Amino acid sequence: MKRKSIKPSHEIVVPGDILDTKGVSGGENTYVVDGILYASILGVKNVSPDGISVVPISGCYMPKNGDVVIGIINDVSASNWIVDINAPYQAPLHVSEVPWKVEFGDTLRYLNIGDTVLLKVLMVDENKKIQVTMNDSGLRKLEGGQIVNLSYSKVSRVIGKNGSVIQILENMTDCRILIGHNGRIWISGNDESADIARQAIEYIIEDLRSGNLTERVQTFIEERIRGSGGE
Amino acid sequence: MSGHTDMILVDENGIRIDGRTVDQHRPFKIEAGVLNNADGSAYVEIGKNKILAAVYGPRECHPKHMQNPTKAIIQCKYNMQTFSVSDRKKPGPDRRSIEISKITAEALENVVLTELYPRASIDVYIEVLQANAGTRCAGLTAASVALADAGIPMRDIIPACAAGKADNKVLLDLNKEEDNFGQADVPIAIVPSTDEIVLLQMDGNMTRDELDKAISMAMGACHELYDVQKDALKRRYAKRVVEVETDE
Repeated sequence: MKRKSIKPSHEIVVPGDILDTKGVSGGENTYVVDGILYASILGVKNVSPDGISVVPISGCYMPKNGDVVIGIINDVSASNWIVDINAPYQAPLHVSEVPWKVEFGDTLRYLNIGDTVLLKVLMVDENKKIQVTMNDSGLRKLEGGQIVNLSYSKVSRVIGKNGSVIQILENMTDCRILIGHNGRIWISGNDESADIARQAIEYIIEDLRSGNLTERVQTFIEERIRGSGGE
Repeated sequence: MSGHTDMILVDENGIRIDGRTVDQHRPFKIEAGVLNNADGSAYVEIGKNKILAAVYGPRECHPKHMQNPTKAIIQCKYNMQTFSVSDRKKPGPDRRSIEISKITAEALENVVLTELYPRASIDVYIEVLQANAGTRCAGLTAASVALADAGIPMRDIIPACAAGKADNKVLLDLNKEEDNFGQADVPIAIVPSTDEIVLLQMDGNMTRDELDKAISMAMGACHELYDVQKDALKRRYAKRVVEVETDE
């Protein structure tokens, strides 16, 4: 896992802002006109040895190959499920991409409209046609639990450095938590602890102070657990 | 443009009825991210104009026949509230608001990187809460801030400002009276990084020299407005971004 820290410059850039004029190569969300590098999205300037890129603050989730996403079944046809994965486009899940042997026209027996599924983005082509798969370890239909929606740009914050924040969440609340890159989080556990986990995630999203997030989340959950009946 | 008045719009000292000089614009005020349920939003006040813009998307385009397989389409709706003008405005789209919606969408298409979202639609809603001439410019100004706030990739932010002619003088940023009783109104929108013009209309008559002067005045005001637009976006997020990390 490669980590890029953008702490040195917290500079916010808006579309059209000049990032560089000396020919530094541009990364994501930048464009070059006449040798000048401009930002093409509202975000935070990220200077790394590979060049300058912009990390978006807002915006919609765009699927990338290999992303793990939490989807909701939107429609069912004879050989496909249509899944909403929080992107501008619907993603078809073909019967060949599920771990079951589904006969033609028998799709409804396995997944129905409104079901929640953990999927992986198999391919996104140039025309942004998305293909998703359930044929990989850990991918499955998610039964029970609750979903928390957040901006996809906050996902990495909930995961934390090397997964530290999410580990604390899981261990302290004794819940199963799955994070989709598309900004959906699935929490499963008994009502009380799932509620605490959800509150903790909301706390992480709202709390924007830098540093020691892990510790603050820890104290937050401890307070909640004590408050909910002294367990 | 067509009305007649005995009012002196510009006095012998070059002072206009609202106290401005001929090359002075009305005060700007912009705020980004004012609506919770829209993906992006902005509120703009230019003088007495009060405008709210909201952006949704990119999202799947419906009806399907309007999809473009190579790029996203921008659907814009400019709407004036019934209470936005002194005589109640009849609600619903009319010839004027359809025209403004069209030119706004076409201006925005020049800067939004629509080819990143084939088959999708980006919806822009402009609501005029209070009008005092120059709402199409203020609406476009608000819409481009709202688009940037929505995190939509774009080349630049568009500012727009009008210039015109009243009492035989070229004036910047016409107000209601100057617009109604003046001789010409020229709204302009530019891409500030390249000075491309993405919107230019003219209502009324002007000589070529006057038009050149009007354009250069409006462009100057656009650049000032651009700084206010950028500042509004940065203000909105400055307090929110403390730490952003990317895990890959």
